[in-house]
Amino acid sequence: MHLHKYEKIWMFIGGGSLLAFLIVLGVGAFLQGTQPPSCLTTIDPTNVEAHESFKQENLGLQEMDDKSYVVNVVASAFNYDFGTDEDGAPVKNIRIPVGSKVLFQGTTKDVIHGFELAGTNANMMLEPGYINTVEVTLDNPGTYTLVCNEYCGTGHHFMTASVEVYEE
Amino acid sequence: MDIKSALPKKDASLTMAHMWVAFISLLIGGLMGLLQTFVRTGKITLPFGIDYYQILTVHGVILALVLTTFFIIGFQFALMSKTVGMSDGQRKWGWIAFWIMLLGTTATAIMILLGKASVLYTFYAPLAAHPIFYFGLTFVVVGSWVACFVNFHQLFKWKKQNPREKSPLLAFMVVINMAIWFIATLGVAATVLIQFIPWSLGLVDEINILVSRTLFWYFGHPLVYFWLLPAYMAWYGIIPKIIGGKIFSDGLARLAFILFLLFSIPVGFHHQLLEPGIDPFWKYIQVVLTFAVAIPSLLTAFSMFAVFESAGRAKGERSLFGWFKALPWKDVRFLAPMIGMIAFIPAGAGGLVNASNQLNLVVHNTIWVTGHFHLTLATTVILTFFGISYWLIPVLTGRKLDAKTNRLGIMQTIVWSLGMFIMSGSMHIAGLLGAPRRSSFSEYNGSEQAVEWIGYQYAQAIGGSILFIGILLMMYTFFYMTFSAPKGIEEFPIAEEELNADTTPTIFENWRLWIGIAVVLIAFAYTIPFIDIIQNSPPGAPPFQWPIGNS
Ligand SMILES: [Cu+2]
Repeated sequence: MHLHKYEKIWMFIGGGSLLAFLIVLGVGAFLQGTQPPSCLTTIDPTNVEAHESFKQENLGLQEMDDKSYVVNVVASAFNYDFGTDEDGAPVKNIRIPVGSKVLFQGTTKDVIHGFELAGTNANMMLEPGYINTVEVTLDNPGTYTLVCNEYCGTGHHFMTASVEVYEE
Repeated sequence: MDIKSALPKKDASLTMAHMWVAFISLLIGGLMGLLQTFVRTGKITLPFGIDYYQILTVHGVILALVLTTFFIIGFQFALMSKTVGMSDGQRKWGWIAFWIMLLGTTATAIMILLGKASVLYTFYAPLAAHPIFYFGLTFVVVGSWVACFVNFHQLFKWKKQNPREKSPLLAFMVVINMAIWFIATLGVAATVLIQFIPWSLGLVDEINILVSRTLFWYFGHPLVYFWLLPAYMAWYGIIPKIIGGKIFSDGLARLAFILFLLFSIPVGFHHQLLEPGIDPFWKYIQVVLTFAVAIPSLLTAFSMFAVFESAGRAKGERSLFGWFKALPWKDVRFLAPMIGMIAFIPAGAGGLVNASNQLNLVVHNTIWVTGHFHLTLATTVILTFFGISYWLIPVLTGRKLDAKTNRLGIMQTIVWSLGMFIMSGSMHIAGLLGAPRRSSFSEYNGSEQAVEWIGYQYAQAIGGSILFIGILLMMYTFFYMTFSAPKGIEEFPIAEEELNADTTPTIFENWRLWIGIAVVLIAFAYTIPFIDIIQNSPPGAPPFQWPIGNS
């Protein structure tokens, strides 16, 4: 089968661009460590409280050291549980100083949920039986909306909270 | 066989039955889509307690699964009948396939309409629909398998009768597409039969979520190639005839289809990039394989533009781009698929973004994805299907494609392109801003970001309304072509090769070889991660019926 000269050039440029793109993605993933959320830790979905991170008192914002935080969340239809504040009211807004490195760590008690902090790169799936994590550095002050971006039932679009990144 | 004679009447009836289901689906599914865009403006609520997610399920199932499957299988029967013929026995089995699929579709539709199956067309566990929903889906798949084997048998029989000849290009393409469909649907059949049905019936208590999702997406991506390849059949095998040209290269066309067979299946993890439980190394492997699927599309782009240029040059065009003007823009059989082809350029680029290991974080499950498949499926594929309908329906009904059909078709193509440009464009932008897909209207507790998204949702309602006008136009044209266009014999346009064309390598028809390589690639991409998934599996999940209002 004969390949036209221009076709060879076209395939060479096209295939070459695909390869270059893949190399960039590969270097990002394996040399710089920017992997997609892929936490391999399992958990009993009917008893998530048994896990240290998801005990009621450990939900929500946890300060690790300077400028580094962990946020633990348990999703369920149709709510994100970030624990309660001093008055015993459920936390719906998390405040984090600008420039912080934040590890979001979540799981679900029932069906599949999404966890997307709109306007940031924090985006992951929460699936029963698994813990998932995503880490972002919040460099821009502002209020970011948390949305459930996977259909989890008829009240799916009411699942929300917010993260406020403030300047110190 | 005279290439200009229409199809044998009995074969035409079989295809026409499929077309009826496809076009009725278009009307119902399109209406649901229109209602969704209205609800998302926040100004309109659905009457009679109908839920947004119920119509979203109807929209997805009926357009993505019913319209496509029936149109494709019907069109492929026509191509097979035209190129390799259809025996009485094959036709009988073709009808059996049709009735099994229709029975399944009806059962599924009833459950969705009763609100017992608002699980969207992906039906992710552990949301549990009524068991009849899953049985219905099983029938659709089993019916399509019968159609697969009819097509396989048609080509096999032809080869036996013509041992020294290469198979007709379009028949070869149909068989490749059905081979992809058959191998891919094994995954969804496995999850439905082994996991969903026993679990929804209460025979087992728990379901392994990640196994079900992995099996679903093993099917879910090849599915999009099952939609795309019939459009490619029209581009490679029919358009050259319509524009008065010849097939650019028979061998190259077959090579592209073989590459789709090899690379369309071992890629499902790119839909699961943000999920826990799958090792990132294997995600990346499937990202690489996903990118390989772009290669046959690049081949196709070159071939198509080579056909256009040589057809224009054959008409005496000499300047660098003069041939572009010489194309038959006023012939809807060309215009509709051509706009589809052009839409595939941004659509394909967007697909590479979705499939990228890290870029996926930005767009995953945002409405960008919805915008993406309204460009690929609903523009590229569906406009090509419309372009096919304008000559195929007259062929089937023994009528002519007259000037009125052509005029209506051109109007429809323009309306459709405009509506899709507005709707899909605003979906892409809103997605980049973070607006989620598959969500009813919400202000997200008065968030400022949501206010921004709602502006784009208005644009989607405008685009959706224009699209619905396009659907009404298409329905009118369908009825006109079926019942009122002037009687006569319409051409079934099948392109030919150049007289002195290169011979096609015979290795392309070595089915054992290609299916063997496909199986090896699938085993490479799935075996180890699948064993991982099972060995590292958490306790299973019980069924949840209340979140979808099914309890
Ligand atoms: Cu949710």
